[in-house]
Amino acid sequence: MKLALQLAYKNLIGAGLRTWLNVAVLSFAFVIIIFFNGLMDGWNQQAKTDTIAWEIGFGHLRNDAYDPFDPFTLQDGHGKLPNTIENVSPVLIQQGTIYPEGRMVSVLLKGIETSQTVLEIPTDAFIKSTAKIPAIIGNRMAKSANLKVGDEVLLRWRDKNGTFDASNITIVSIFDTTVAGVDAGQIWLPLQTLWEITGLQNEATIAIANKNFVDASLDGWNFENRAVMLKNLDEIIEMKKISSSIMYLLLLAIALLAIFDTQVLSIFRRQKEIGTYIALGMTRAQVVKLFTIEGSLYSILAMIAGCIYGVPLFIYLGKTGIGMPQASQDMGISLADKIYPIVGVQLIVTTILLVTISATIVSFLPAKKISKMNPVLALKGKLQ
Amino acid sequence: MKNLKYSIAILCIGFLNISMQSQELTADKIIQKVDKNMSADTQITVSEMIIYGKRKSRTITSKGYSEGKMKSFSEYLSPAREAGTKMLKLEDRLWIYSPSTDRTIQLSGHMLRQSVMGSDMSYEDMMEDRKLIEIYNATIIATEILNERKTWKLELIAKVDDATYFKRIIWIDTERFVPLKEELFAKSGQLLKKTVMSEITKINGRWYPKKMNYKDMLKTGKGTDFIVKEIQFNPKISEAIFNKSSLKKN
Repeated sequence: MKLALQLAYKNLIGAGLRTWLNVAVLSFAFVIIIFFNGLMDGWNQQAKTDTIAWEIGFGHLRNDAYDPFDPFTLQDGHGKLPNTIENVSPVLIQQGTIYPEGRMVSVLLKGIETSQTVLEIPTDAFIKSTAKIPAIIGNRMAKSANLKVGDEVLLRWRDKNGTFDASNITIVSIFDTTVAGVDAGQIWLPLQTLWEITGLQNEATIAIANKNFVDASLDGWNFENRAVMLKNLDEIIEMKKISSSIMYLLLLAIALLAIFDTQVLSIFRRQKEIGTYIALGMTRAQVVKLFTIEGSLYSILAMIAGCIYGVPLFIYLGKTGIGMPQASQDMGISLADKIYPIVGVQLIVTTILLVTISATIVSFLPAKKISKMNPVLALKGKLQ
Repeated sequence: MKNLKYSIAILCIGFLNISMQSQELTADKIIQKVDKNMSADTQITVSEMIIYGKRKSRTITSKGYSEGKMKSFSEYLSPAREAGTKMLKLEDRLWIYSPSTDRTIQLSGHMLRQSVMGSDMSYEDMMEDRKLIEIYNATIIATEILNERKTWKLELIAKVDDATYFKRIIWIDTERFVPLKEELFAKSGQLLKKTVMSEITKINGRWYPKKMNYKDMLKTGKGTDFIVKEIQFNPKISEAIFNKSSLKKN
């Protein structure tokens, strides 16, 4: 085995540029596979952490009549939370319209307790404010409506009977979050204020659970835990992983094709060498093994080459992150303006195995032909 | 001298008559008279709706049939993109038929709060079929001259909980019993919408505004014009018109 490795290494180095071209393409595929998977894992982890901190908490207790995917259920999808329920922060959701600069913008009004701590929404700004109707918005909402802290904007809403009401609200805080689900098209108000202006006293659409919440069957309410709520996010990222894998698998296929071609050419051009090996006492299987190891060595060299430029690259990206375009941040799923790739041991080992095994297979396929060669003819260098 | 006495007596009787008339006419009676003037048992109207946008305006022509306030049917005639779209309102239900999808959908709940074809009117504004005096307590708060016409300024405050607008102020022509302007207010007193009626024309013995401008006062823009091109009062309308099957008929 040691001899085979030494011979294979010398043969590869002896091949010069041909070897290094193969190694370059394969190392590129190697780095790209790790990069894409690291990017997806980084996004996944960041999105989950942010979604939990800003939107989900430890799960949502929802009114039965409310469907978060159907805005038409907002009108009737609320009710009084039972007094027995503890460790939740109620949120009432209603529809409204704001008129920034004379434009009509439909918004969701979300009433939240000023003392809540389960979500990162900076509700303490309500306590500090002296405005008649203080409001908190996210940076996406602030940008789309062109609002700043201290601005007043006219809000129109309907009370519980459907009668129009309107008043100015004051923006007291603008938060910066990656979670579009609590930001785009939404205005956060103190729950007490929303109760007063709509007449829906003590009503809630959802209640956000904290870590001490114990799920008990409640009539008219159903609980969705964190895992269920994050399922969509997992599915989106899984789908994205599959679609991006097409690109790097294509790249890997090109690299493997190059190795395959090189192997075919080697076996064709090195017939005399093969004959000599057999004449010197090597079995056909040993020669096949030698050529297969040669092919596999490409992947080892590619890994070394990949490490030379890949490791500094990943360290740099791990520190600076990868900027995401603004448009993709407004898609409705959590996406930060910068994603930090996560390159774990599992990812590296999986990629090494994928590249090495596939390189070994494509090296073995042409080398198989050696086992059928006539050693005398091979020694003479005749075509077979 | 005798003639002068007669003249003074006639003038006195005249003034007395006018003052008695204004004393007798309460706000409720004025609204009833306006209702009587403006509505008919049945109506067929060909109208244009001009929706003013920021860059350009759109004109939609439609033909409408109505029976009282509970039943109405309308069909859009132009532009080509909207032509064939039909709406049927039966009491508190509203259906819309779209020829492009060949589907009839019933609007309910929040959908009724959406704007009609991007105009300043909502479907809900069209759906209001209760009489004003059933929803509001009305009082005459002033008499004003508006567009060189003497008007009563009526303030209507909601007496029921589910009125869409808490307060309305309506200017009514004292001679023709036609509203000339209406303002709709939120509970907080914020002015929300304004309607201005103009081109008051006598049609079949009644005064009727041929042009109405609806304006959402919170939005910038010129609002939406509603122009009556043709109107027939009390024509005979087949009962089959106010049927869901008429939505799909060509």
